[in-house]
Amino acid sequence: MRFFSHQRPEIPIVDHIKSDGTEWTIKEKLWLGLSASDYFKQFFRNPVNWLMIGIFAVGVPLILQRYIYGLAAVTHASNDYPWGLFLGFGLFGMVPLSASGFMLGTTCELFGRKDFHPIERLALLNGLLGYFFAVLFLEVDLGMPWRLPYPMFVSLGPAAVLFLVAWHVATYLSVQIAEVLPAFFEWIGWLKGKRVIRKMVLGLTIAGIILSTLHQGALGALFTYAPSKVHPLWLSANFQWIHFFCSSIFAGLSMVIVSSTLIRNFAGWRCDDTFKNSLDDITIKLGKGCSLAMITYLVIKIVAIAHDQEWAYLLTGWGSYYLLELGVGVVLPMFMFATAVRNNSATLARAAAWITVFGIIWNRLNTSMITYNWQLYPEIPHWKEVWITVTIYSLYFLTYRFIIYRLPIVYNWKGKK
Amino acid sequence: MKTTVSRRTFIKGGLAGTVAATVLPEKKSQAATFEGYPDGMGVLVDLTRCVGCRSCEAACNEEQKLPQPEKPFDDFSVFDEMHHGQKRRTDETRYTIVNRYDVPGLDHPLFRKIQCNHCQEPACLTSCFVNAYTKTPEGAVIYNPKVCVGCRTCMIACPFYIPTFKYSSAFNPRIMKCIFCYDTRLKEGRPPACVEACPQEALTFGKRNKLIEIGRQRIRETPDKYEDHIYGEHEVGGTAWMYLSSVPFDQVGFDTHVPKEPILNYVKDFLGIVPMVLTIWPALFAGFHLLATRKDWLKNKNEDTHEEE
Ligand code: SF4
Ligand code: SF4
Ligand code: SF4
Repeated sequence: MRFFSHQRPEIPIVDHIKSDGTEWTIKEKLWLGLSASDYFKQFFRNPVNWLMIGIFAVGVPLILQRYIYGLAAVTHASNDYPWGLFLGFGLFGMVPLSASGFMLGTTCELFGRKDFHPIERLALLNGLLGYFFAVLFLEVDLGMPWRLPYPMFVSLGPAAVLFLVAWHVATYLSVQIAEVLPAFFEWIGWLKGKRVIRKMVLGLTIAGIILSTLHQGALGALFTYAPSKVHPLWLSANFQWIHFFCSSIFAGLSMVIVSSTLIRNFAGWRCDDTFKNSLDDITIKLGKGCSLAMITYLVIKIVAIAHDQEWAYLLTGWGSYYLLELGVGVVLPMFMFATAVRNNSATLARAAAWITVFGIIWNRLNTSMITYNWQLYPEIPHWKEVWITVTIYSLYFLTYRFIIYRLPIVYNWKGKK
Repeated sequence: MKTTVSRRTFIKGGLAGTVAATVLPEKKSQAATFEGYPDGMGVLVDLTRCVGCRSCEAACNEEQKLPQPEKPFDDFSVFDEMHHGQKRRTDETRYTIVNRYDVPGLDHPLFRKIQCNHCQEPACLTSCFVNAYTKTPEGAVIYNPKVCVGCRTCMIACPFYIPTFKYSSAFNPRIMKCIFCYDTRLKEGRPPACVEACPQEALTFGKRNKLIEIGRQRIRETPDKYEDHIYGEHEVGGTAWMYLSSVPFDQVGFDTHVPKEPILNYVKDFLGIVPMVLTIWPALFAGFHLLATRKDWLKNKNEDTHEEE
């Protein structure tokens, strides 16, 4: 961002008022206070954007192909493997990584921990976007995407786990929109709206906890419909929902660490000093939370194996794979987090967070695709399926960045609040 | 009939409650086990009688107006077809399939007909979030394409890999599966097309309870000929279509690891906590909040009183 230099002290925009006393218009705010040509110059100077253009150039036609010729044209979804990457990664992976919103909402609003305040909005935004894009992934995967509201309004099957997921994700999305709105209201300068939401914050937060506990768990419970298909090590009828819920705690926290790291490193111009100066400290505290959640998770994983008498499976090939997943995805980062806390090293905590995020996606893919049908044959996703997944994830990235650049998420609004 | 519906209503009460966040679930004492409709019909498939003529496949194809297959129904080379190391399976063009199994030590092959087993407590039905499936009192598990969203959870849930999806269609996809010829035959009390077409009487149509008796009788009368087991009597809580075999069932492609109880039982643990979370969480966390912020609150109050003085 070389354009944000000393010659124009009023950008990046942090206030309604320009240095000459006039107000920024919304349009100017959207352009980050730059002229169109400057904006595009900086846009095309960034190699990441070229990568995005490349991804979209192939991905958008593929998505069109999916909607014109059906799922068979772009995926390897089959009668044996009804779910592929769109849900395996997009739904089962994105949702736990978005647990950050409810985690930090609870910490700040409910437990009154003001020290986490600088990162609260980022966590809420991370949650909102994660859920929103999980729904988008779902819309690519559903056979009849135009019937998305059916389970809500047209034909209700309230005894099904997916019914609960649908309702909760929908309600929780609205809760999260409400939680992120204050940042938007500050930015456009509509303070009345902000005050209204401020009054509801406690209610929203508690609703967030309930909905999150239930739907994070419900995503796990979905697999208990297939007790003879998913490998027993990855499935526990009694504990599946706790496994999914508990792992979403460290998944969400790690995802905020990852995204705050990226923002600090690549969008440092947008962060204010409060954010930058408190970030290391917050990262370590979040790391502490992660390591605690991880040890709990490990314990209930072991309890599940003991409960279902599955020790013998651990000696098989799948058992080694299972131990590898737990070792790399949970035990390793757990020790890294613990060491990071002891040595006060934010860098180590950040490395651990990256591994955790990878580990959680790996676990969800293992449950939904890799060990699913372990007695049949393995299925490898179509390259187009992979590409569409990457395309939608890129759209997620761009939206995320678009909002971070503009709304007061990692900086404090200087104008009236 | 009262007890048969009450467990579902119980669970519905629980989950619907999560949405409205008001209703408490009904009393647990009502939670009896749903055992299907007592007078439901079924079919008993006797593997020792089946000769693999595929007449049943042809009859199904015609009755359900499915597309003509590439190879005609009298082409027996289809038995050698393999896909991903698996034998043929049902798909959007065929609701039923007959496969050949060469069992070691047996001088002739065995054939097994596959179709929807029309479970007593169907996993497809219980997993569907728009209630697209219905178990009719006659015993059929039917599907309503008008409300299906295409999430394919039913395919995940069916322990027999039966529902298939029209992946080839972008605008009109749907689940395709055997419906026991419900609309055209079963409703009027007539046997499905495949049963009528079978020249070997390998398929016996009748009341499910009666079929279990017939099966037991055949086993009792010729114990050397049969495995002492009716596949489907207890599998996944019981199915309307059941099987007799002369060799252990896993040697003729049956999944003998499917649970002996309804799939729904595996999901109940989670369903049970839902009302709990709903009722306890709000109070619990509101309490936490008060505790955690007590100091601030006291401070504010003190300041207020100071101001007043
Ligand atoms: S066999 Fe599968 S599709 Fe048929 S009723 Fe049972 S669960 Fe449903
Ligand atoms: S694919 Fe259709 S029938 Fe199957 S669970 Fe989803 S909505 Fe129900
Ligand atoms: S029609 Fe009867 S004998 Fe012929 S394949 Fe079908 S079940 Fe077997």
